[in-house]
Amino acid sequence: MSWTISENSFWGPLDPAADAGYDEDRPKRKGFFTDTSICIGCKACEVACKEWNDVPADHFDMTATSYDNSHSLNANQWRHVAFIEQPKRLVTEGEGQDSGLRGTVDLGMPTVPPTGAAEQLANGADDRPDFRWLMSSDVCKHCTHAACLDVCPTGSLFRTEFGTVVVQDDICNGCGYCVPACPYGVIERRKAPDGAKNVGIAQKCTLCYDRLDAGQTPACAQACPTQSIQYGDVEELRERANKRVEQLHEAGIMDARLYGNDPNDGVGGTGAFFLLLDEPEVYGFPPDPVVTTKDLPAMYKHAVAAAGALLAGAAVAFLGRRP
Amino acid sequence: MTTGRSTGPEGAGIEGAGTEGAGTQDQVNAASDPLGADGANAVGRDGPIDVRSQTTATVGTRGGRRGSGEGGRGRRRGGGRRGGDRSMVPEAEFTSYYGRPIVKPSPWEADIPAYLFAGGLAAGSSILAAGADLTGRPAMRRSGRFVSMGALGFSMVALVHDLGTPSRFYNMLRVAKPTSPMSMGTWILSAYGAFAGAATAAEVGRMVPRRWVPRLLHRPLDLLPYADRPAGVLAAVVAPAVASYTAVLLSDTATPSWHSAYRELPFVFVGSAAAASSGMAMVTAPVAEAGPARRLAVAGAAFELVMEHRMEQTMGITAEPLHEGKAGRLMRASKALTVAGAAGTLLAGARRSRALSVLSGAALMVGSACTRFGVFEAGQASAMDPKYTVVPQRERLEREGPVRHPGSTTPPVS
Repeated sequence: MSWTISENSFWGPLDPAADAGYDEDRPKRKGFFTDTSICIGCKACEVACKEWNDVPADHFDMTATSYDNSHSLNANQWRHVAFIEQPKRLVTEGEGQDSGLRGTVDLGMPTVPPTGAAEQLANGADDRPDFRWLMSSDVCKHCTHAACLDVCPTGSLFRTEFGTVVVQDDICNGCGYCVPACPYGVIERRKAPDGAKNVGIAQKCTLCYDRLDAGQTPACAQACPTQSIQYGDVEELRERANKRVEQLHEAGIMDARLYGNDPNDGVGGTGAFFLLLDEPEVYGFPPDPVVTTKDLPAMYKHAVAAAGALLAGAAVAFLGRRP
Repeated sequence: MTTGRSTGPEGAGIEGAGTEGAGTQDQVNAASDPLGADGANAVGRDGPIDVRSQTTATVGTRGGRRGSGEGGRGRRRGGGRRGGDRSMVPEAEFTSYYGRPIVKPSPWEADIPAYLFAGGLAAGSSILAAGADLTGRPAMRRSGRFVSMGALGFSMVALVHDLGTPSRFYNMLRVAKPTSPMSMGTWILSAYGAFAGAATAAEVGRMVPRRWVPRLLHRPLDLLPYADRPAGVLAAVVAPAVASYTAVLLSDTATPSWHSAYRELPFVFVGSAAAASSGMAMVTAPVAEAGPARRLAVAGAAFELVMEHRMEQTMGITAEPLHEGKAGRLMRASKALTVAGAAGTLLAGARRSRALSVLSGAALMVGSACTRFGVFEAGQASAMDPKYTVVPQRERLEREGPVRHPGSTTPPVS
């Protein structure tokens, strides 16, 4: 394996597998495009992930703020479906009436409208509620410049031939450095439940490395009933995502935007990226994350200067008269 | 495991729809009050979590800073104490997913800040020991070497203890990885430990009467004096790296209050190391020999205070956690003890007072430990509050636009 530092090794567009030293015959970079506009919040991805990867069930409570009962991405939650309730319409007023794409589709289900909504409906003000649900299945981003991998002191975290980032359970010693390094708060050291495997070891999505090796689709994407989670070659997924945003904009859903698709962004683009309908932080994403190692050369420079200052200061302190 | 949930999930949802109007006063109250306007609190896996609206929340920036410390309740979100000089700075608005953290705090416990202190103490003591050796101060040399070895031993135990799987500590030695400050630190500590260990062994060799040593070990014992000064000097050359790399260790993370401090933190830490180790030398070495330690103590303390002040000026909103709650108390204690210790040191030097030396030295050491624990706790607190992740990134977006590689050819999508 060749060990070279290319110009963009710390930051910038890059093929991460090539940068890690894989040969020309490596597979294309794999990733997820999660189109949250068609997520129905069924949590099939969460279940499939736990089943396939033997991720222990741990701590399911309602958060008391929404239908979310799995809280966050963490050591025991490699897919997390966020539920956001907003007093806002999906389709911007006056747009998208003819496109066939509507904010809501009446399934004829019996409903109990919120107080005041009945009058509103009776008055014929609008047949759509002033309210929308956003649902999004979050996952490890498999960054082009992955801070967790950069800071791992044992080499347990590594870049696979698919360009993904995976923990080797048998090497990680649970130093925990990857946990604060991740700009998305994905990876975590497993601390519970007692008796579960890999307690004390960093855990996160592997993009189903074992399934990829066998030419299979990752469990979550396989289980997703609406194709909100799409798996494939990152290059192709990016094109598909661009088309989807255009389509949604034409339909009047002007909030649609991509998150993590730009190879020039702060983490060099992510292998798993998203189509969102609101600002990233609404979904619990950082608005404009930057890989911490982008600043590492500057950090080392400051540390060297500080070390020099200490040595010089001590030398000066010893100058002068002897006892 | 939730409290204050009076309605079922459906009811809660509808209620939310009715009350969530961005920018209403209720919203502001709900966001700023640590307990939430309706008293709704959830207990998550990481302890109690403030239930806040995911829509726009307004927080007082400077107000929170000032209002901190008084009450344990408002320690994480001092913004709840409104009033004061809030109007001095524009209010920061931010959105989050129900107030939940975005980045994760490190899983590190007291071991790590204790190591930050002990590592600095060991490094400074080795430097002082080498200086004492070269300038003919035998008592300070001896105490410096023993302190450095003791502090290093403590550091090793603390570092291994903090691992999730301590039995695999040796995997740290699998790779040497420049992108990982922890890997670099492992190798710096290894090199430093070898030199400091040899110097301490030489010190022990001087003290142990030859007749106590088995005949088999006489040969190695005779070799020790050759290692004595070179090992001590080499340890002192590597030691500054031990003292300063720990700042990079903290800064090379997404933890807001650690990363944003990366320019000044190494200087704060070496100042703190100088103050602590000089303080220890003032405690352990006779007043007549400790002159250089007193000078380094005062210089280190002043350097630490100045750089810490500068650090806070450049950190923006992420300086807030340094003033709130546990971290705030630690940082205030650190400042008071460091100032008192430095003043006492000056007095001790002038009066040649051993008692005052010991007292000032101890104050400097505790002050240094408070700095390390304070910086550590501030980082942990900053990771637990999405404000410190979202607001600085939003401010940067407003100022400079999104972070994009200069080689960018593709236009930003949407």
